[in-house]
Amino acid sequence: MSVLLIAEHNNKEVKPFTLNAITAASQINDDLHVLVIGKNADPVAKSLSEVANVKKVIHVDNDIYENYIAENYTPVILKQAENYSHIVCSANTFGKNLMPRIAALLDTSQVSDIIKVISEDTFLRPIYAGNAFATVKSTDKKKCVTIRPTSFDPAPTSGGSAEIVKGENTDPSQNTKFVKKEEIKSDRPELGTARIVISGGRGMQSGENFKLITAIADKLNAAIGASRAAVDAGYITNDHQVGQTGKVVVPDLYIAVGISGAIQHLAGMKESKVIVAINKDGEAPIFSVADYGLEADLFDALPKFLEELNKLNTIQK
Amino acid sequence: MKILVAVKRVIDYNVQIRVKEDGSGVVTDNVKMSTNPPDDNAVEEAVKIKESGKAKEIIAVTVGEEKAQETVRKALAVGADRGILVKAPGTIEPLAVAKILQKIVEKEKPDLVFMGKQAIDDDCNQTGQMLAAILNWPQATFASKIDVKENVLEVTREVDEGLETIEVKIPSIVTCDLRLNEPRYASLPNIMKAKKKPLEQIDASELGIDIKPRIEQIKVEEPPKRKAGIKVSSVEELVQKLKNEAKVI
Repeated sequence: MSVLLIAEHNNKEVKPFTLNAITAASQINDDLHVLVIGKNADPVAKSLSEVANVKKVIHVDNDIYENYIAENYTPVILKQAENYSHIVCSANTFGKNLMPRIAALLDTSQVSDIIKVISEDTFLRPIYAGNAFATVKSTDKKKCVTIRPTSFDPAPTSGGSAEIVKGENTDPSQNTKFVKKEEIKSDRPELGTARIVISGGRGMQSGENFKLITAIADKLNAAIGASRAAVDAGYITNDHQVGQTGKVVVPDLYIAVGISGAIQHLAGMKESKVIVAINKDGEAPIFSVADYGLEADLFDALPKFLEELNKLNTIQK
Repeated sequence: MKILVAVKRVIDYNVQIRVKEDGSGVVTDNVKMSTNPPDDNAVEEAVKIKESGKAKEIIAVTVGEEKAQETVRKALAVGADRGILVKAPGTIEPLAVAKILQKIVEKEKPDLVFMGKQAIDDDCNQTGQMLAAILNWPQATFASKIDVKENVLEVTREVDEGLETIEVKIPSIVTCDLRLNEPRYASLPNIMKAKKKPLEQIDASELGIDIKPRIEQIKVEEPPKRKAGIKVSSVEELVQKLKNEAKVI
């Protein structure tokens, strides 16, 4: 029994979530091999060979693998699959796009987005946006599993010395063509991976007032989130939406400002390590999940909050 | 051009999910059900493409119990032309749904298949990609913009790093993100009209495919409860707590 993990990278560096997935994969079985598919991705193969827990790196390199095209990746992975009991990768947009295509062609029912490895065939996964946890057992011979990265610590990037072997490429798809990628250029961390998130709700009253949140986000190096109500009201664009129909975030610190705490919002943030709620309605449901609740008018509290932060000598980044 | 849109009936996103005491699942009796939100975006996009004159017919399909036809009726009320309910009891995993949809695609020969990127009940995010795989069609997942061009679609996808644009040849599968469009509401006259639109019922057992679950659900439980927090009396106290007690800033 061996596990094959599909690495995500930009042909130069390994993407951090792959390291979290490695930790989970090595809990399934310690004979863990990593597949790197890319273009001139030797540095990626090399750095993965140095990751603790990785026993072997298979490197498939060709110009056609410069960008992720699931249709091009899938045949390469299927070629390797027969030697493995498990095919795994991270459950971000990379893995979510890719893995079901592999699973279907292996005639396997995929287990998505696991947050705990219970045994080699049994896993814990959230359903209903984390409002319930399901323990599931895969009965397929070959298992395809995606891993929620934020539920596992990243594997150490040193301590390993795996061999790197070359793997075969396959023909590219004629039906799918990469056109372009526009990476969001922001000095702010990504909402999905930020250590601190500060979100505003309907209580912000206008888009203009979000500048109070922006100022604090700048100070804390935080990502900016919003409730669906704030998005629907047009205060902020919906790529900021946290919740069941938006993004699920698990930061170290989540600050909810003027957010009442609708079920659909709580589903997107209640696994955060520390939750702060600032709301003038003391009965707001958000307080039921908050570690620290401040019953106050946000228009008084936010400027004061910034003032207090400015007084601190150091702020963790 | 013909567009097939797959829709799913799920517990409404505003309902507080309750786990059954025996751990066998979540409570669905007397609970408000709705169309899976991103499936509404899929229907809307198909209707917009038809309105632009680029599509002739929209077929809405669902897989599930008898009541699942409500979601098809809703799609008919916002502009789909006819509906299909594939009746299947119990848990139907994404792989099985993909196999069922494959049969429907073979029969209806659509040029495009649209559906939501993920269902908000099982959160699997698999069906579209699986259907694309078994049909050997290209896939454009997490679509936030779709341009119908000559024989191809140009699709902008929401990915972790930002936006990615790909071009897929028709026929293809698109899974829709919430940012794709604003789903319209059905007007009362259109809801009435939808009742007269054809809705075909097919029994999944007649399709000759194995749809038995491959994943055993051992138990469903409530997520661990957060321990009760405290109320702080001032901003100063809050910042001190975050700094010295929680140690997060």
